[in-house]
Amino acid sequence: MEKRVVFRSAWLPYALLAPQIAITIVFFFVPAGQAAWYSFQLQDAFGLRSEFVGLQNFEALFASPQYLQSFRTTAVFSVLVAGCGIAIALLLATMADRVLRGALAYRTLLIWPYAVAPAVAGVLWAFLFAPSIGIVTYFLRRFGVDWNWIIHGDQAMLLIVIASVWKQISYNFLFFLAGLQSIPRSLIEAAAIDGAGPARRFWTIVFPLLSPTTFFLLVVNIVYAFFDTFGVIDATTQGGPATDTQILVYKVYYDGVKAADLGGSSAQSVILMIIVIVLTALQFRFVEKKVQY
Amino acid sequence: MLIRTLAVLLLCSASAHAQTEIQWWHSMGGALGEKVNDIAAKFNASQKDYKLVPVYKGQYPESMTAAIAAFRAGNAPHILQVFEVGTATMMAAKGAVVPVAKVMADAGEPFDPKAYLPTVAGYYTDLKGNMLSFPFNSSSALFYTNDDVLKKAGIAAPKTWKEVRAAADKLKAAGQQCVYTTAWPSWVHIENFSAWHNVPIGTKQNGMGGFDTQFTINTPLHVRHLAMLGEMAKKGQFTYAGRTNQGDAKFTSGECPLFTGSASAQAAIKKSAKFHWTAHFLPYHDDVKAAPQNSIIGGASLWVMGGKKPVDYKGVAKFFAFLSRPEVQMDFHTSTGYVPVTLAAYQLTKKSGFYEQNPGAEITIKELTNKAPTENSKGLRFGNFVQGREVIEEEMEAVFAGRKEAKAALDDAVKRGNEILRKFEATARN
Repeated sequence: MEKRVVFRSAWLPYALLAPQIAITIVFFFVPAGQAAWYSFQLQDAFGLRSEFVGLQNFEALFASPQYLQSFRTTAVFSVLVAGCGIAIALLLATMADRVLRGALAYRTLLIWPYAVAPAVAGVLWAFLFAPSIGIVTYFLRRFGVDWNWIIHGDQAMLLIVIASVWKQISYNFLFFLAGLQSIPRSLIEAAAIDGAGPARRFWTIVFPLLSPTTFFLLVVNIVYAFFDTFGVIDATTQGGPATDTQILVYKVYYDGVKAADLGGSSAQSVILMIIVIVLTALQFRFVEKKVQY
Repeated sequence: MLIRTLAVLLLCSASAHAQTEIQWWHSMGGALGEKVNDIAAKFNASQKDYKLVPVYKGQYPESMTAAIAAFRAGNAPHILQVFEVGTATMMAAKGAVVPVAKVMADAGEPFDPKAYLPTVAGYYTDLKGNMLSFPFNSSSALFYTNDDVLKKAGIAAPKTWKEVRAAADKLKAAGQQCVYTTAWPSWVHIENFSAWHNVPIGTKQNGMGGFDTQFTINTPLHVRHLAMLGEMAKKGQFTYAGRTNQGDAKFTSGECPLFTGSASAQAAIKKSAKFHWTAHFLPYHDDVKAAPQNSIIGGASLWVMGGKKPVDYKGVAKFFAFLSRPEVQMDFHTSTGYVPVTLAAYQLTKKSGFYEQNPGAEITIKELTNKAPTENSKGLRFGNFVQGREVIEEEMEAVFAGRKEAKAALDDAVKRGNEILRKFEATARN
């Protein structure tokens, strides 16, 4: 039985929607449209001269091996961030769900990092892993590990993945915990009586019932890795060493904000926009089929 | 009659109090920001017609972005401090900026370009000799040594790269973890390196002669130098610290006894280094005949933005004249460590005996004026060099990490850098 609100007035529903639509238009559609328009232009920093150049900005991007490399970097980065973020959060949530005493304290502590700004999270981890003064570096050196992410690309990648995952785990954890708590105890108990061990109970009952949550988090985490992590990167590696941690959104930010190359930066953001639209559509089309609501 | 007199009186008093506000956006944080406020206060006290309002707008790229956005919205500041790599971008923005030479001439302020230090002013001057922006804070690259460590190992301070390598071998053999590090890799090892050895960084007088310039940093000398750094990195004699001033801390903390970085690092070193240290000229390759030539500056200059009222520009000109006064320059020079921009200020500081107590303060000027600047050592002007320098640094890092040969890296840097230059040329021309 679906409840429907019926408006008698012709304009009232639109009036009620207007603020939301206005905000969406002003803050989302107008800038996105402007970016799309700029991406076909060649412009100097001050906007004194601009010239319509068609697809030239895009051609330049795809002719650059560094830009193509940045796709691979972004793919590796987002798979790692989304994968690790979801897996660790799921593990923590299942553990926290079983805790009987002091559960609230555990949960609060696990949710804490979400309140930390991305840039601060980046700086925090950069300090811990700082090449010469970091405390983690100190211990790693004792084990004979040459830790210097300023020069080793894989270590730099590891650092930004750790910082980004750490920041996102709380969010994932909250959703998983809520999802776990809504699974009826009777189902799990019935399976236990039938002789299913904890692992089997998790994979055949809990995990499928969590699939809507997992799917939702997959979409959110991919979008997070694509867009929200540039604060972490700007505060730590700034895309380096060489171009090893230069993910797409960081390049957009750098070229547009720091280097004042509006055409190139806009072209990149249009490409990024398309990627995220396609990715989300794909997820809804294929992954969602396997989701049991 | 009475009313008319009153009205006239009112008008007079109103105009007497109506000060014209001059907005100055800058990027000098902390102690340097206080100095900027101090200069503004002194200028405001020195006359009644203008009120200079300095506003801190974040670091160099941020304040430039803010000013560009403000210009697009039609309310740019009068004066904007722009870092040296943004020079070509500002210069190409005709209509957005007014050359300093023109501001001074229009306002009738006395202005002699020859009064300024050639290596400093030359960086911001066009080929016809017009000063485009006012040099504000300039430093150069220096070579620092930890004398305690050198003394213990029985090594004299190295002067050439050959001696640096010999010292590095000795120090490494003695168990020194980190030997040499650097700040600002491109600025020190490509830009200043080229000027110091009198080889071009790019065609067209390092880009000063026109926007149709190309990078020339893949010559055998450049390749040899970068290969040497790569080899030192491999042997653990060169520890890479990062693209900006991260190397400063490695020297100041005593971790690395040899260091190349900005002259402006001296203030921090003086404050926190717990060892004896000396600032020297940059090392050079002694088989290069022209070396050492002179180093080039880093820092920022003040650009005058366009579209303001003539009376405002009079105020800006007054301020620049004030800023050029020897005593103002000397105060700025001695309290911040940046070089004085006029020769008169340099002489005044010399006379005051300041350099006897602070020998490190003079070495930057000596290095900048070591020889009369050539086409290769006047400075550089490359469009969108924010991106260009980033490309160079990315390629250098690949060499330091041992993933790329120096020749291939510099070839790629030239190729990628030239693409950026061509793009800039297209925006600047149409």
